[in-house]
Amino acid sequence: MAKLNIVQAINLGLDQEMAKDDSVVVLGEDVGVDGGVFRVTDGLHAKYGEERVIDTPLAESGIIGTSIGMALAGLRPVAEMQFSGFSYHIFHQLEGHASRLRQRSLGQRTVPLVVRMPFGGGVRALEHHSESREATYAHLPGVKVVIPSSPRNARALIVAAIRDPDPVIFMEPKHVYRAFREEVPETEEVMEIGRSEIVQEGSDLTLVAWGAMMRPALRAAVEVQNARKVSIEVIDLLTIAPMDSHTIVESVQKTGRCVIVQEAPKTLGIASEIIARINDHVLLYLEAPVNRVTNYDVVTPYFGRELDFTPDAGRIQREIETTLDF
Amino acid sequence: MPRTQVERFSVSHMQILDDDGNADPELEPKLTKEQLLEIYRLMFLARKQDQRMLKLQRQGRIGTFGPCTGQEASSIGPAYALGDSDWLVTAFRDLGARLVRKEPLINSLLFHNGFEEGNVVPDEAPNVLPISIIVGSQALHATGIAYAMKYRGEKAAALTFFGDGASSQGDVYEAMNFAGVWKAPVVFICQNNQWAISMPRSKQTRAVTLAQKAIAAGIPGLQVDGNDVLATYAATKEALARAYAGEGPTMIEALTYRLMMHTTADDPRRYRNEDEEKAAWEKDPIPRFRKYIERKGIWDAKKQAALEEEIKGEVDATVKEFESRKDFQPEILFDHVFGTKHAEIEEQRAQFLENLKLKSAKAE
Repeated sequence: MAKLNIVQAINLGLDQEMAKDDSVVVLGEDVGVDGGVFRVTDGLHAKYGEERVIDTPLAESGIIGTSIGMALAGLRPVAEMQFSGFSYHIFHQLEGHASRLRQRSLGQRTVPLVVRMPFGGGVRALEHHSESREATYAHLPGVKVVIPSSPRNARALIVAAIRDPDPVIFMEPKHVYRAFREEVPETEEVMEIGRSEIVQEGSDLTLVAWGAMMRPALRAAVEVQNARKVSIEVIDLLTIAPMDSHTIVESVQKTGRCVIVQEAPKTLGIASEIIARINDHVLLYLEAPVNRVTNYDVVTPYFGRELDFTPDAGRIQREIETTLDF
Repeated sequence: MPRTQVERFSVSHMQILDDDGNADPELEPKLTKEQLLEIYRLMFLARKQDQRMLKLQRQGRIGTFGPCTGQEASSIGPAYALGDSDWLVTAFRDLGARLVRKEPLINSLLFHNGFEEGNVVPDEAPNVLPISIIVGSQALHATGIAYAMKYRGEKAAALTFFGDGASSQGDVYEAMNFAGVWKAPVVFICQNNQWAISMPRSKQTRAVTLAQKAIAAGIPGLQVDGNDVLATYAATKEALARAYAGEGPTMIEALTYRLMMHTTADDPRRYRNEDEEKAAWEKDPIPRFRKYIERKGIWDAKKQAALEEEIKGEVDATVKEFESRKDFQPEILFDHVFGTKHAEIEEQRAQFLENLKLKSAKAE
């Protein structure tokens, strides 16, 4: 066991899968010699060579379009978008092809493709480097969207994504890329895509978050528990699509109260979908309206103002208390 | 300092058959009698199926489609040059190429009548991707497939078709550029049929040829007479030989003409005149190739009559089979959203089936 951060943990997962299966190839802008601008693919080029760790021309649609071809022909490409903000060029390849080829061909053609992309704010970057657009991708039937939150689940989920038979958008919360370390076992560990995880059990309120929001959410939960005699169940969503409603619904049935934390803008976000599913299944168990702590419906601010907009532990704590006091 | 020339470029044009069906003996590809007749049969079959589909569409028996009439040589010649392990990646006007690769005739009817079953190919037609509608987007898939072939050390290539309109798409340039960098074994066939719905070729780009688009990607480019099936075949054969030998991609611009409408939803009278179309019919690739095989003494009026009879029978039988097919299970789509099972999809499948039951109960 080694203590790794998320960057190192994803690197470990990629390395081990490449060692095991020579159909796995990595491609993207600066992923080879440079090891990626965040160093997620560091060392892979030296170890596996330029045929398997491909520095591509600078064209995102080209990267994903060719990756689709590779996947159709039996490879398992892991493509990197340098930042999620550069990924909109690939949208028509995902919507037009990757998401559809299985159904278009009634299962005869499949696209086992992973698109890795760092997303979210908190790194004082230029415009287009801080958005959270998981809902945009999750709206495409046929595409899986996965967001890890810690080194250990990042490693286990990247392995699952590579082995998955479908296109997986693997969104990496870059704010916490190097924020903390965690024991990550050297031996293989795989998590199932399509399952969320209860990271802390509780009985009075269900708190749902994902990605970089897990840390402020957990901090807020501790603060509230310290201040009052309540216990909060915290769920890490992990897979955005196809979403695991079961874990959330069962938890809310038990607690009767729910707060959802999302870094993305408020309207038509993943939180809206979670609320809809709670309404579908356990409306009559609710003791309070389901509450959400989100960004605002403004264009992602430049970093000078960014932190005032992003949900933080203080805001989450206030909304948990509002919901408990309803 | 004086300016110096750093590089010079040129684009060449190739034609083998003249309008009267005389072949240039220097360039004439080595095809056996059986192969020549097979090519002719495929061209004829594509034309007849296309014309029948037009009738079916007008009668409301199938949906919208893009007729391929006039483009048989630019579609069938390249596809006929492919080897068994090669991949075919087409747009939506390539019925001829798909028939060459042994896609069943019924597929075009199923596809254009709104059933995904038309995209499923049998084992004898491997490596044929479903029709791609988004203009130019499929070219990248061919480059990726070609990369995979090269990566595995297989002696195989990918061939993709796109049109003059698609040549304006970024994806097409990216596909050629990536293929150039990777030396990927791929052949890009640009079927320049002069019209992208209502946009004439002259408004698509200031470039004098579309073949010269290869130059920017640093790959060989060639223009051929796209109504000359010997030229499209020979140019592709040459490109494939380079691809198999590890020499990378080639782009071929095939000059042809879309004799019919863009799709059955389009009316060409709004943007082009009959004189132009009449002149284009004079260059119809099928009579030209027929003259060639007649000159060779391997074809005559009697054989032609027999072929017409045979193909009419084949098309009739296919239409009959198509119209008798009723085995389209509606819920089958839920099986193919993902390759793994998910509760939400299964719940929706159950709801869907329940609603279908209620719907049919109400109808009864």
